[in-house]
Order: sequence, then structure tokens, then C-alpha cells
Amino acid sequence: MSFLQQAWPWYVGGVLIGLTVPALLIAGNKLLGVSAVMRQVCAACFPGNVSFLQYNWRKESWSFFFAAGIMIGGFVGGYLLNNPEPEAIAPQTILTLKQQGVPFEEGFLPTSLFNWSALLTLKGFLLLVVGGFLVGFGTRYAGGCTSGHGIAGLSTLQWPSLIAVASFFAAGILSARYLLPIILNL
Amino acid sequence: MKQVRFLLLGILFGFILCKVEAVSWWRMQEMFRFDGFKLFGLFATAIPTGILSVWAIKRFNIKTLSGEPIVIPKKQFNWGYVFGGLLFGTGWAFSGACPGPLLALIGAGHTVVVVVFASALAGTWVYSWLRPHLPH
Repeated sequence: MSFLQQAWPWYVGGVLIGLTVPALLIAGNKLLGVSAVMRQVCAACFPGNVSFLQYNWRKESWSFFFAAGIMIGGFVGGYLLNNPEPEAIAPQTILTLKQQGVPFEEGFLPTSLFNWSALLTLKGFLLLVVGGFLVGFGTRYAGGCTSGHGIAGLSTLQWPSLIAVASFFAAGILSARYLLPIILNL
Repeated sequence: MKQVRFLLLGILFGFILCKVEAVSWWRMQEMFRFDGFKLFGLFATAIPTGILSVWAIKRFNIKTLSGEPIVIPKKQFNWGYVFGGLLFGTGWAFSGACPGPLLALIGAGHTVVVVVFASALAGTWVYSWLRPHLPH
């Protein structure tokens, strides 16, 4: 039971996440990828007059089940069996973020930024609303996200995925270093 | 109910993401600043595991559960991979989450993440709408 509650080392999580790729292929010829479900939701609920959203989304309805599963898995792993210990984040990161006004706390998210009233501040709006928008816009533009390109694309040795992943990280590293401090200072 | 398989695999995937702290905003910041190894280590074991498994599927001609041959869709490069990738990377650093972790965080009871996910849906829709006018 305690193994299910504590944080897992990267090699345990890494092997298990890697095994999701063959598991989905064997379960029904599906290539791991989460961002596509957002296109699915758009196509099913508000396709409008947009040609990119006019396709037979019912054929890919597995992704709704997979996404619902991730939420349940999050409920079990991040709530019911949540790790009672604070995460062992590198002291350097904790110090830098503290200097930028985000004191470290237990839990996956800083509650000083991730709360309903923060959404009405410029800082919170940029990080959560604009950040979320860029995640949706960018992943669809890039044809995949960390799972579709980073795990599945690289596992199947597809070089376009390597270019996508390099772009994700290039922008992530630069944004965390140069843009985030400016936003946190607003 | 073939779809139950995908529900179960999703549950495992979401559970693992939480246990290895891949849903953590703090971990993301640590990774992007090169202060810690955990998430890099996660990729460094997940990808070889995936490569070996896919190799084994081909080598031993493993079929799907319903007996079909396994087909891996080819990703065709276009410049959207770079432009979109750069936009996503920025949003990833801001919100600290990619699409999978967003879903897991909502499940874990972080209700405000519903707003982040709704914004991501809006972003997906706006991209789909603008797609004919964007460079690819």
C-alpha cells in the first residue's frame, strides 16, 4: 500500500509509461497521444463550419475513453492515494521560484497561482488561460503533444517527432527562464 | 465493450503520471531550468522502453487482441511541428502541464485546472479555424 502512495522513482514510471505504447497498439492499433482528444471534443461538440473539425470523430471514440481513464487515474493517484510527503524538488528551483514570488508548498500546483481568484489577475490569466490556450493551439498545430510526439513518436523512431519535441523543449526552456520571471513579477 | 480496454489503460496512464510527479508544476519548472533529473530520467527510460517494445512487436509479428496486424501511422513532417511546437512549449512552461497531466489534475480535484483545459479546447478550436491561413 505504501508503494502506491509514495512517489515513484523515474525509472519505474518511465518503464511503465513506455509500456503504454505497445499496450495501446496491442489493445487496438492505437498510437498513444492525448492532445487529439481535444480535437475530438471540438469536432463532437462545436464543429461549426470548420473543415478541420468535419471528420468522423466517432471512429476515434477510443480517445474519449482513454481521456476519461486519465481523469479517473488522476483521482486515484493524485487524490485517493496522494503522496502525503512534499515533493523532493531541487532546492535551486525552490529558491528561484521563491525569489520570484512563488513559495514552495505541498501538492502538485502552487495554490498562490492556481486558484479561482488568481484567474482575475493579469499574472494568473496569462499563466492559466493564455498558457492553456497555447497548449491547445500549439499541440494541434504541431500534430501532437508530449505523449504523441515525445513518447509514441520517438518510440516509433519518427524523426518529425524529434523536431517537434526539440521545439517543445526549446520554447519551454526559454519561457521558463526569460518569460516566466517577467509574468510572475506582474 | 472493446472501449473498456482504453478506459483501463487511461486509468493506469493517469495513475502513473501522478505517481512519478509528471503532473507537477514544480517538476516542470525544475526540468526546464535543468535543476533536477527526474523528468529527464522519465523520458530517458520511457522512450527506450517504447522503442524496444515496438521492435519486439515487429520482430515477433505480434498482433492486436482482435488478431489484426499492428500498423504504426507515419508522421509527415510539416513546419507546423516547429511553429506549433514553439507555441506549445511556451504554454507548457506557463501552465506546467501538457494535455495528459491537465486531465489527471482535474481528476485529482484541482478544479481550477478545468479553466486551463477549457482554454486548451478553445486553442484547439481556434487553430482548426485558422488552419487554412497558417504556414505549415
